[in-house]
Amino acid sequence: MNLKISNNQIEIIRKMNPYLIGSTLFIFVVGFYFSLFDSPPDYIQGDSMRIMYVHVPFAWLSLFSYTILAASCILWFVTRNPIFNLFGKSIAPIGAIFTLIALVTGSIWGKPTWGVWWVWDARLTSMLILFFLYLAYILLWQSITNQETASKISAALGIIGFVNIPIIKFSVDWWNTLHQPATISKLSAPSIDINMLIPLLIMTLGSMFFLITLFLIKLRIEIIDQRMTRLSEK
Amino acid sequence: MNEFILMNGYGIYIWSAYIFTFIILSYLFFTNILKLNRKQKQLDKLLKKNDQNS
Repeated sequence: MNLKISNNQIEIIRKMNPYLIGSTLFIFVVGFYFSLFDSPPDYIQGDSMRIMYVHVPFAWLSLFSYTILAASCILWFVTRNPIFNLFGKSIAPIGAIFTLIALVTGSIWGKPTWGVWWVWDARLTSMLILFFLYLAYILLWQSITNQETASKISAALGIIGFVNIPIIKFSVDWWNTLHQPATISKLSAPSIDINMLIPLLIMTLGSMFFLITLFLIKLRIEIIDQRMTRLSEK
Repeated sequence: MNEFILMNGYGIYIWSAYIFTFIILSYLFFTNILKLNRKQKQLDKLLKKNDQNS
């Protein structure tokens, strides 16, 4: 199996690790300060909207992670380069955990806002499907021993599952739902106050740094696994 | 201080969400760091063994 990442590149990734961890921690500390102390309460939802600062960044990044996963699957089909399998295998568990955080914090936020922990509306259901797609991708890799077969089936699942991403994004526009429509990602100016937008963006940046840090750690684990398999086969 | 913890009656929801997120992220980070260190040691051992054999 020919990996395209050289030892020098692995060494660069290894050296970047402490800086990424430090940056992530710093951004999160600043983000938590702004989210819990500095940000004003919402005029309708009161202080409960502070849950948004942990809910929204992880919801966004769960969609972003799946986009990376689907892109890796497409690139694997096109190039057959196993490095794209490693990308997919590294990002999937992180995406699954981010989706779980979005689902749980969303449920906790739903109770004081809607009066219920869960409703089977389009946004929540499609997010739950995203969580199951991640789980299915991870389980496929764990349950199929033949690498070629596992690559094909998991890549097919990754690509087919991508259909769910626009459904999640536009579910609040296409169907009647309790979930509020997008306030930031639409093309017009954001309908969120600047004092709430700043902590939200800081928390999103921190979550993005966490995603990159963990992705590189998981990628190194996958590369080591591949090298150990090749050495054992010799 | 008490007001900050209670958050106008929403404290239980807010703190639950933040603590859950913190625990999950910490678990994800530390389990992967430990796994990476364990795998790196295993690889080093294997490389040493292969060098001795060759």
